Amino acid sequence: MVQYTKARQDTSFAALSDATRRGILEQLGRADASITDLALKFHMTLTGMKKHVGVLEQAGLVITEKVGRVRTCKLGRCRLEEEAAWIERYRQLWDERFDEVDKIVEERKQKEKIDERK
Amino acid sequence: MNANEPAPGKKTTVERKSERELVITRTINGPARIVFDAWTKPELFQRWWVPKSSGMSLLSCEMDIRTGGTYRLVFSHPNFPEPMAFFGSYKEVTPHSRLVWTNEEGGEGGAITTVTFEDRGAETLVVLRDLYPSKEALDEAIASGSTGGFSEQFEQLDDLLVTLGASARLTYE
Repeated sequence: MVQYTKARQDTSFAALSDATRRGILEQLGRADASITDLALKFHMTLTGMKKHVGVLEQAGLVITEKVGRVRTCKLGRCRLEEEAAWIERYRQLWDERFDEVDKIVEERKQKEKIDERK
Repeated sequence: MNANEPAPGKKTTVERKSERELVITRTINGPARIVFDAWTKPELFQRWWVPKSSGMSLLSCEMDIRTGGTYRLVFSHPNFPEPMAFFGSYKEVTPHSRLVWTNEEGGEGGAITTVTFEDRGAETLVVLRDLYPSKEALDEAIASGSTGGFSEQFEQLDDLLVTLGASARLTYE
């Protein structure tokens, strides 16, 4: 588990370690953009921009969609954060369930004790 | 240590153990025999499966608890116009120690749930495993945001965006 989580974190951190990629995220935060738009904005070649977007996509920070000849990029949901939040909500759900099971089990134990005495 | 915190080991834990498996653990104060009853007797099961905070109501609960038997739970929630059904079948029912069921409401991507009950002195260790058919199926379950509890909150994501200095509002399709 530790190894597994770490590998995922590494992907996100590596994606965010680069100033251009952080800039791309900021840009996409304002509006979706095509690879061409981004390449122009950051004064890069299409190939260079494709690489950066690929890294961000790998980390789940950006999603891309190809419509016709244009590939549009937009912000993705950060899987790591999203997953941690979901797992915590799931844990709370189960915690509440188990608290109720605890009560029911306690009740049955008491009942058995009383029945034994009869 | 905070006095309100449950004793160590008693706490509910949830871990993504692998790409396609979630594991939930909890220790219950009572023998496996009684804990197993709480999971398999419909009149008891109905009392705990739907926590109040979920906002859901259990409309009906059919459980034919035997290997090969089926179950069907129908819920309603104020945010959903139609009731929702959760259903599947029991692949294994071993009294006081093990339950395995399928979750078929989502079609092919449904998990197989295995619950084991282990006597630990006067207590019982309950371990529940949700095994999804693929990494994608579990990712999708997470991305849907639904835990079966219906509290869709993504504040943490927004926090991340603030850290990034992005002024965006995320849309979660």
